[in-house]
Amino acid sequence: MTAPARLDPASAEALVDTRFTVPGIRCAGCIAKIERELPKLDGIASARVNFSAKRVAIRHAESMPHDALTNALEQLGFEAQELDDNPLGSEDAEAKRLQRALAVAGFGMMNVMLLSVSVWSGAGGVTRDLFHWLSGVIALPVIAYAGQPFFRSAWMALKYRRTNMDVPISIGVLLATALSMYETVAGGGHAYFESAVMLLFFLLAGRALDAAMRTRTRAGIGALLSRMGRSAMVIAADGSFKTVASQELKPGMTMAVAAGEALAADGVVEQGASAVDNAMLTGESTPERVAADSPVYAGAVNLSAPLRVRVTAAASNTLLAEIARLMDEAGQSRSRYVRIADRASRLYAPAVHTLALLAFVGWMLAGAGWHQSLVIAIAVLIITCPCAMGLAVPAAQVVTSGALLKRGLLVKDGSALERLAEVDIALFDKTGTLTLGTPRADISGLDPEARAVALALSQASNHPLSKALASSLREAGVEAAEVTDISEQGGEGLFGTWRGIEVALERPDCAQAGLSSQLRIGMDTSLIDFHDPLRADAKQAIDALSEMGIESRILSGDRSASVSTIARKLGLHARAGASPQDKLATLEHLREQSRNPLMIGDGINDGPALAAAHASIAPGSASDVSQQAADAVFTGRALMPVATAIRAARACMRVVRQNFGFAIIYNVFAVPLALFGMVTPLIAAIAMSASSIVVVANSLRLARVAR
Amino acid sequence: MSGLLILIPVALGLGLLGLVTFFWAMRQGQFEDLDGAAQRVLIDDEEPEE
Repeated sequence: MTAPARLDPASAEALVDTRFTVPGIRCAGCIAKIERELPKLDGIASARVNFSAKRVAIRHAESMPHDALTNALEQLGFEAQELDDNPLGSEDAEAKRLQRALAVAGFGMMNVMLLSVSVWSGAGGVTRDLFHWLSGVIALPVIAYAGQPFFRSAWMALKYRRTNMDVPISIGVLLATALSMYETVAGGGHAYFESAVMLLFFLLAGRALDAAMRTRTRAGIGALLSRMGRSAMVIAADGSFKTVASQELKPGMTMAVAAGEALAADGVVEQGASAVDNAMLTGESTPERVAADSPVYAGAVNLSAPLRVRVTAAASNTLLAEIARLMDEAGQSRSRYVRIADRASRLYAPAVHTLALLAFVGWMLAGAGWHQSLVIAIAVLIITCPCAMGLAVPAAQVVTSGALLKRGLLVKDGSALERLAEVDIALFDKTGTLTLGTPRADISGLDPEARAVALALSQASNHPLSKALASSLREAGVEAAEVTDISEQGGEGLFGTWRGIEVALERPDCAQAGLSSQLRIGMDTSLIDFHDPLRADAKQAIDALSEMGIESRILSGDRSASVSTIARKLGLHARAGASPQDKLATLEHLREQSRNPLMIGDGINDGPALAAAHASIAPGSASDVSQQAADAVFTGRALMPVATAIRAARACMRVVRQNFGFAIIYNVFAVPLALFGMVTPLIAAIAMSASSIVVVANSLRLARVAR
Repeated sequence: MSGLLILIPVALGLGLLGLVTFFWAMRQGQFEDLDGAAQRVLIDDEEPEE
């Protein structure tokens, strides 16, 4: 299965692993292609694809530059991005720890239960004592290992004088274990080892589900690298070039920016004329023309011709870094959100502890003796331990997010689902959100020959309009004509020769409001219009939202002309020309009216707003920063997943509330039994597993929620 | 009673065996790429003729 090593034995160089995220891996063919073709290159020992995570690990000679590896993948037809050393390591490790703890608890539960069932069915005397001892020997290490996630979290909470779900769990488990040990040593009748272990097992199942949901989504969201250029070519005073990392750039340096490169710092153009793609910064989809003295910003992509840029602000002073800072600050307001499980436990934990204490005091006063009083108090703790609650929330959320995943929507974690269910107003960015974000060419005015020429010219360039034209033409089944001597002139267009005639794809002579380019064949010219179409179901999605009582508005950084056209078409209230700070102010204003805004946007300029909104969704085409800031990411060309997400999130919270309701009803019946000392280990075990099963079964109904 | 002396260690041993196998599988990365395994079945072992 693994690709054979084809390294020259003579080059006994150290091998290193580098990991890339490759979102384009979709089938077995892709796996085979990557794993077979890459090792044929010099310096690459082997490549291994992880299909689920859409990653490729390449084992290669240390001297091989990482750019060469990215290029090699690109030549196979896969866009690739290098992954930072181990950005997801801690998350993965956490999920693995929980899985191991769950396996250990499962093992312990089965074996202790085996012994307990024999005790319940009437084993007495020496056999019972032996079984209790055996149970203890199995249960103690199991609890010590599998209980750690809870003990640690409870300890952290107590250290900061707070309480969370893990405090009653830890106290219940520890007291039950201690009492059972005492009973075993004293040769008593009841030991609660199986209850303690079973409690841990069910609760760990909930935690492991929660963690699995997070890692699954992180894998889907993939690339975590920033869009900003990470290094720049700097021209020294003596005219020599050298590469400088973006952090080490200083104002006053001069960078040479090749076509297609992202800028690593803010600056002013000194020499050259080109167009830059600022879409990620401003949300404006039209490339901006720049010439000498134009300001340019880090993160923008230089499209057509090389530029020389004098750096004015670098590293943490760039506009991009400023946006990142705004995002950090904005994100902190969200961390104040308290998850529903913890909100419930704030009321629940003190109530349970008081009840158990009262039971102990009550029976002491009634003259039952400290041993019996303690047994009853612990029975109260065990029976009320939030087993169903610990499962109620994650089970419902995992099933919902799984259903949404199948519909092309990745929800990052449970708290995102909770917040999505609470939104009451939706703010849409325009470019890339309501629209597809990539211009589409109108090729209806071109005859077949012109189309063929246009394709030949357009596919030679990286300009977004050329790319858009080429893809529209390819979709129409056009074959490229044989155009020779193609040259690209920055800001002007593409020029070539076809059958001895001069042909060009160039900037139209007359300046127009919309996006267009001109195809010239000899003396004939024809105009090709571009527009950024609305997503086909934008109107339906907005209608669906308003049916759920959610008002929609447009909040865009784009020019007001293009925004108002779309606003009219959809009948929405719109605000154009909003800077990242303006967007934040709008959100803050809504928050003061105690509304819960949902932000849907894609650009880096939306990042702070995405982080600050009560909940946020970004399209899969969004910048990495925005995908990171958003709670959910949807893929594909439809906007409907936004409405589906909210519907599913609300259904999920309905089920969570039902589950809580069930847990309360269960306690209403079980607690009196415990208070009157009628709960034996058998009843505790049955009650606990029955309630967990009901909660899980109820949550499974959500599997159909996204249909 | 004497049966128990054999059966209980056997039960525990089998359980432990399962647990150890699970840990081994996790360490080997058997759960890293669940969808990939389903796809790899479809790859031809022979290189296609070119």
